[in-house]
Amino acid sequence: MNTPLIEFKNITKRFGSQTVLENVNLQIYDGQVTTIIGLSGSGKSVLLKHIIGLLEPDEGTILFRGKPLTEMKKSEIATLLAQISYMFQGNALFDSLTVYDNIALPLRETTNLKKAEIDRRVMARIEQTELAEAAHRYPSELSGGMQKRAALARALITDPQIVLFDEPTTGQDPVRKNAILSMIAQYQRKFNFTAIMVSHEIPDVYFISNRILALYDKTIVFQGTPEELGNFDHPFTDEVIHSLEGLQKELTGLYSKRNFKILNHVQLERRKSGESYCVVVFTLSNLAAIVSSLGHDAAQEVIHSLGLYINKHFGVIGGFSNRRKANEVVTVLPFSNLEETESILNDFVKDFQEQGIRDICVEAQKKVPSVKGVDFTIRAGIAQGQPIAEIDSVIDLAESQQKEIGRLRCAVEE
Amino acid sequence: MARDTNTRKSSESEAKCRPGMFLAQPFTFIGEAVISWINVLGAATVFLLMALLKTFRPKQLSKVVNQIYYIGARSTTIIMLVSFFTGMVLGLQSYHALVQFGAQGAVGSLVSLSLIMELGPVLTAIMITARAGSAITAEIGIQRISEQIDALHTMRINPIQYLVSPKIIAAIISFPLLTAVFDLIGIFGGYVSGVVLLGLNGGVYMHSIQTYVVLSDITNGFTKAIVFAVIVATVCCYQGYFAHLRKDSHGAQAVGLATTSAVVLSCVLILVSDYIVTALLI
Repeated sequence: MNTPLIEFKNITKRFGSQTVLENVNLQIYDGQVTTIIGLSGSGKSVLLKHIIGLLEPDEGTILFRGKPLTEMKKSEIATLLAQISYMFQGNALFDSLTVYDNIALPLRETTNLKKAEIDRRVMARIEQTELAEAAHRYPSELSGGMQKRAALARALITDPQIVLFDEPTTGQDPVRKNAILSMIAQYQRKFNFTAIMVSHEIPDVYFISNRILALYDKTIVFQGTPEELGNFDHPFTDEVIHSLEGLQKELTGLYSKRNFKILNHVQLERRKSGESYCVVVFTLSNLAAIVSSLGHDAAQEVIHSLGLYINKHFGVIGGFSNRRKANEVVTVLPFSNLEETESILNDFVKDFQEQGIRDICVEAQKKVPSVKGVDFTIRAGIAQGQPIAEIDSVIDLAESQQKEIGRLRCAVEE
Repeated sequence: MARDTNTRKSSESEAKCRPGMFLAQPFTFIGEAVISWINVLGAATVFLLMALLKTFRPKQLSKVVNQIYYIGARSTTIIMLVSFFTGMVLGLQSYHALVQFGAQGAVGSLVSLSLIMELGPVLTAIMITARAGSAITAEIGIQRISEQIDALHTMRINPIQYLVSPKIIAAIISFPLLTAVFDLIGIFGGYVSGVVLLGLNGGVYMHSIQTYVVLSDITNGFTKAIVFAVIVATVCCYQGYFAHLRKDSHGAQAVGLATTSAVVLSCVLILVSDYIVTALLI
């Protein structure tokens, strides 16, 4: 792999007699979304503050593109810090300034841009973060979600190359949490910055993260992809991931990945040799278009409604479901063969086309009452597996056999 | 390990029991307090110098004007009210004292000199400390504990340049102006009580002022006002800026205590420095 953008070598930080970080070693790479996970109070924010220079380590070295920070000139450090933006856990918005002024502050104070240009840039960010109605209100007059978006807009106003997010979803409801994560992922792709995020929103952060760093017992115990974390055998997995993951996902009400695996194992173990089970993979194929047309909140509401609808329909006949990707739900029907599953899916499709997709559309409209119409396209695929078969290969097969099962244009009056 | 700890504790308590150590304790306490004070004084001086160095940076003018409005203009009413009654009381007291010697003609000079040289700068500074100084400490303190100052760092905005420097400059401009208002309204208050209410001759009152008040009295008064401005603004900004480092409290309580400390310390330093400046100017 290339030289890391940021590297920590044996970083130790103490506050008085309390050691918060001990011999921390980590690498963060350019253009990726890296998420630092760990329990509350484990030192995640402290670690993040070392990157932007708000805290200095007691021991160890921080390297930027292979060069130690301690060997850099003041001007080099200033140039480096100018590329970094920070979104605080508590937002740190100036409560005596309006949302507009908060977002404009970095441009007014650190650039020589003309008023008209500042106004253009600020209004663009305000539009992108859906804050147009709140532009001239004070932070105390906004909801928690709006404050988060205002802080996000301020963090992005200078077009930074590295953005640090300190628990960006704290205190948000499930739909809003996923909307903020989706927004971060979208902006990261759009502006191609390196995102470093501190979060304990497991497993939702997996959907947007390229790399996960696990902070446990004052040090980094894991660095790798979300998939690799699934095979990580360490007390961290039991103590942190499983405790945070919960039985069901907050957003969709579907089973968590771990519980999905357990159920899968238990149910399929009972099946005798030769008896089969079926997997249905549902995909919301135009999530990006929904996000751009309706916004992040409405898009998450669509996923939320879809999850509930699938659960309602297949749960009663013994099926269990899991959100596998940001826009994909997998349902296992442990007691059905291919023929039965096709019949059940046909019933689902009929019901879904008659009522379900409209319900989803209505839920989305509640979030965004005055936007242009948008197409919802749901695809589904079925595959049959044997208990001895790896479920992932069955899921992949079902995914490859997907076809469109529902499409509706959410025509909303303007 | 436990034995080591116990041994250390017992040897420490033995050391405390020694008569020499017992006698030395007050001096240790005083020494520590003095060192701590010198540290704070040094830090505050560096803080002030950094703020002054950031004065002549671009985009500072509008912030200074805003702060002049906040510290100066919005304090005018309370300053006028206090100065009017201070002048009236001075006129009343001095009339009754001087009339016994038949020297009531000197009421004007006594009132005006008291106000211009002492009461004007001192009371103005104390009033601004109570009204604006406490607000400055609370504002900066809250910005500190809610990470707004850290946010400025991350946005590459120097917090001392953005928050502190305009306040100190605004104070240096506002204090002498408000002192002038205090002096004028106070002299008018003395006129109301001495001339309008007690029947003193108005011409004599004004002539006495014209005769005894010289320009150096006024410049000395303004010099004091500038010294007080620097002290009050520095103390109030410093207390708020470092509210998070207080050892006696945390969070909102730290901001409350920082505000109290700022007001008390400013008032004490105003009176102490008043004596020193007076001694130097006489």
